[in-house]
Amino acid sequence: MNFKNSGNGEPLQPDMLERRHFEVRTLKSIVLSSITIFAAVCACLPLFSVLIMLIYRGGKRLNLEVFYSLPPTAFETGGGFGNAILGTLFMIGLAALISVPFGIMAAIYLAEQGHCSRIAQTARFCAKTMTGLPSILAGVFAYAAVVLIMGHYSAWAGGIALSILMLPMILLTAEEAIKMVPSPMREAAYGMGCTPSQAMVKVTLPVAMPGIITGVVLAVARAAGETAPLLFTALFSDYWLHPNGPTASLAVLIYNYSGMPFENQIELAWAASLVLVIMVFILNIISRAIGQRKK
Amino acid sequence: MAMEQQSIWDATDTLSRPVSKRDIFFDKVFRWVTHAFTLGTIFVLFYIVFKIGGKALPVISEFGLEFITSTTWDVNAGKFGILPEIWGTLYSSILALILGGSFGIAIAIFLTQDFLHYRIQIVLKNIIELLAAIPSVVYGLWGIFVLIPLIRPLADYLHNHFGWIPFFSTSLSGPGMFPAALVLSIMILPTVAAISQDALLAVPLKTKEAAYGMGTTRWEAILRVMLPTASGGIFGSLVLGFGRALGETMALAMLVGNSNDISLSVFSPADTLATLLALNFPEAGEYEASVLMYAACVLLLITLLVNIAGATIITRCDCRSMK
Amino acid sequence: MFMKSSDVAENLYKTHSMPYENISEEIVLNCQAERIFYGDFLAVRDSSVPILKNQITGFIGPSGCGKSTVLKSINRMNDLVHGFRFEGKILFHNIDIYNKKVDPVNVRRSIGMVFQQPNPFSMSIYENVAFGLRLNRYKGNMDEKVEQALRGAALWDEVKNKLKNNGTSLSGGQQQRLCIARAIATEPRVLLMDEPCSALDPIATRQIEELMVKLKERFTLVIVTHNMQQAQRVADQTAFFSVDISQGGRTGYLVEMGPTRELFENPKEQLTEEYLSGEFS
Repeated sequence: MNFKNSGNGEPLQPDMLERRHFEVRTLKSIVLSSITIFAAVCACLPLFSVLIMLIYRGGKRLNLEVFYSLPPTAFETGGGFGNAILGTLFMIGLAALISVPFGIMAAIYLAEQGHCSRIAQTARFCAKTMTGLPSILAGVFAYAAVVLIMGHYSAWAGGIALSILMLPMILLTAEEAIKMVPSPMREAAYGMGCTPSQAMVKVTLPVAMPGIITGVVLAVARAAGETAPLLFTALFSDYWLHPNGPTASLAVLIYNYSGMPFENQIELAWAASLVLVIMVFILNIISRAIGQRKK
Repeated sequence: MAMEQQSIWDATDTLSRPVSKRDIFFDKVFRWVTHAFTLGTIFVLFYIVFKIGGKALPVISEFGLEFITSTTWDVNAGKFGILPEIWGTLYSSILALILGGSFGIAIAIFLTQDFLHYRIQIVLKNIIELLAAIPSVVYGLWGIFVLIPLIRPLADYLHNHFGWIPFFSTSLSGPGMFPAALVLSIMILPTVAAISQDALLAVPLKTKEAAYGMGTTRWEAILRVMLPTASGGIFGSLVLGFGRALGETMALAMLVGNSNDISLSVFSPADTLATLLALNFPEAGEYEASVLMYAACVLLLITLLVNIAGATIITRCDCRSMK
Repeated sequence: MFMKSSDVAENLYKTHSMPYENISEEIVLNCQAERIFYGDFLAVRDSSVPILKNQITGFIGPSGCGKSTVLKSINRMNDLVHGFRFEGKILFHNIDIYNKKVDPVNVRRSIGMVFQQPNPFSMSIYENVAFGLRLNRYKGNMDEKVEQALRGAALWDEVKNKLKNNGTSLSGGQQQRLCIARAIATEPRVLLMDEPCSALDPIATRQIEELMVKLKERFTLVIVTHNMQQAQRVADQTAFFSVDISQGGRTGYLVEMGPTRELFENPKEQLTEEYLSGEFS
């Protein structure tokens, strides 16, 4: 071995180990750390700004009246968005009714089959692709598949469009949740003489349930805020819910009113945003609470 | 007592029974149903492509590729071209990717490399996740009434002093590419941050130890070891963020200005594929609707390609790091 | 029950039969750990280990006896552990590395470390070895240094035709030697090895052991090992650690330390004898 200059032999200078404050290395660290702190602060600003504006401008207009009255006409004062809240709830409910059983059933198949079956793999790939599907395309699809065939805009079309967005989210999270169930538990069920479906329904699903519900709640929260798929499927309406006709929703109301030149409508848009964000945040908190309890 | 128990045991010398016909039937049906729904999932995606593509087919054969390369959109003259929208989609997404991507990665580093006490770390992580929970239409509203007035002085300053740079060559008249890209970057930031965090956390502790053991400062460890090791996942996060930006509709429809022009200036209004669909569909006649279906096909194609690329990159990286 | 630091030093001086001044030069690193905490947990107490130049010092003892903790304290790797606290001194060329003025990063550059699990970076073999050189802004002939380090780690012949391959593609033993090459490339003054062979098969273990003996010509080595025979084969000095569970906790401490042969053949402490005989019977 021929290391030339022996690091071992030289006496160690006392300052070699000391912290040096004006070294390139130290300065570089300080600069980079400052940049990341700046980035983190900057990223938090929009959230706080949005929340403050919602509370300030939306809170000002928020009263009981908005929950039970119909939207005002152009120069009218007062009014509310009771029909939009109802419409949003109806369409989310419809979407959940379609996508929850669909997603969970498919997830069971995927989790059972794992990587062995070609069908499971294809379905998983399709679901992953669908999560990246722009939400407006779900609207375009529902327009082509429902609106054009029924001949008019309807809450049904809106619900179907939303269910297209919810399905892959529910499917993928449910599959993960089922896979997380320890296999000894499933084996114990088989050991007792359960049929595969009995093992799934009696043992695996109850254990995986918190994870599945978390996924469902998150999907619902996302669908609640979606606007694009409803623009030309449910459209908008100034009247109370009528599933076979155009239906109002909070999201579309915010969009429509944000572009109006009337102060009352703009105020209502802020109030509706506040209501929508509170709904979405509550759903998020619920899903987190379930997710935490699982651990 | 003892006698009674005895008689019970006598009555049934074993409690186990073969699986009943009902159980077998239920099992069969259950499996059949799960199988059917799985096939249904595949069917849904193909049906979406088939429906949109089918409606667009006549128009695709009528216009061909000219639809993608021409710039006019005139319903009355029957002339349709989506080049400005393709340009606007890509331009806004790239701007958003540069901004949101760099911020997202910086935050992922900040949250994973022990900069903070773990409680503050959790709070910050939740704040970033909540950013993703806010509906895009609310961001649009916020953009119109808060962001645009806020950035107007900055935009005016840049235009007046640096107007010779093509990016600042027009003045901001309200909605435009810049506010749209800003909001878009806020919306993709949580995606990039979350996936990059996963990638950075997936770097094994022993690798981190090795870096510090060599005498790296924290930043040397991050730049020379952690980021290169996690590069695949981080790249995947950028691709997926880009995919999200391409398809985002509402915030852009409210902020981008909806003008059918191609301009390099970030302050001029523009249009994207998604906003074109959002704005024109509700009032479209049957013919225009099929033309819009063609535009939807183009959007579908672009986003599918980008998303499949992103998913593939992330999956491949996962497999490699497992080894 | 345990030796005070002064006793250890006395013991050492006696065996070397050298005057005090000369010995003090031989001691590259004097670890005087009074108490080491992880949060509220007292992990190690009263362990004073002098490390002699160009010798291999082996740390042995049952698991949980704090030998790895002491080792990782020597190049301040434990600073990365949340709640870690070190009371005492580690004199490295008469500088206390736990002095506030000392930058742990500089300490780690002078005191290299090889870990229990082979942990090459996910980059080419060449870049793995060049990593430390680049880090220290080495301006000379990089190729030469890399080759030298790989030869030093007895890995050159196996990898010279595939330097561009990823370091993680090597076998476990090769990976560990790559980590050694990476550590010695920057010529640290002391090389710490934390059970470097525990994840390796017997053949790879033997290669690493031979390497260690060669390396001590150039470096001062400290190794932690759970394997008695290994300590006997390679270590010049051996420190025996044990666990004290009398106060309800599990606190490690140094029982005794001395030249390896002396310690194995005729240990001064009964505890050491029991442990050694228990292991071998």
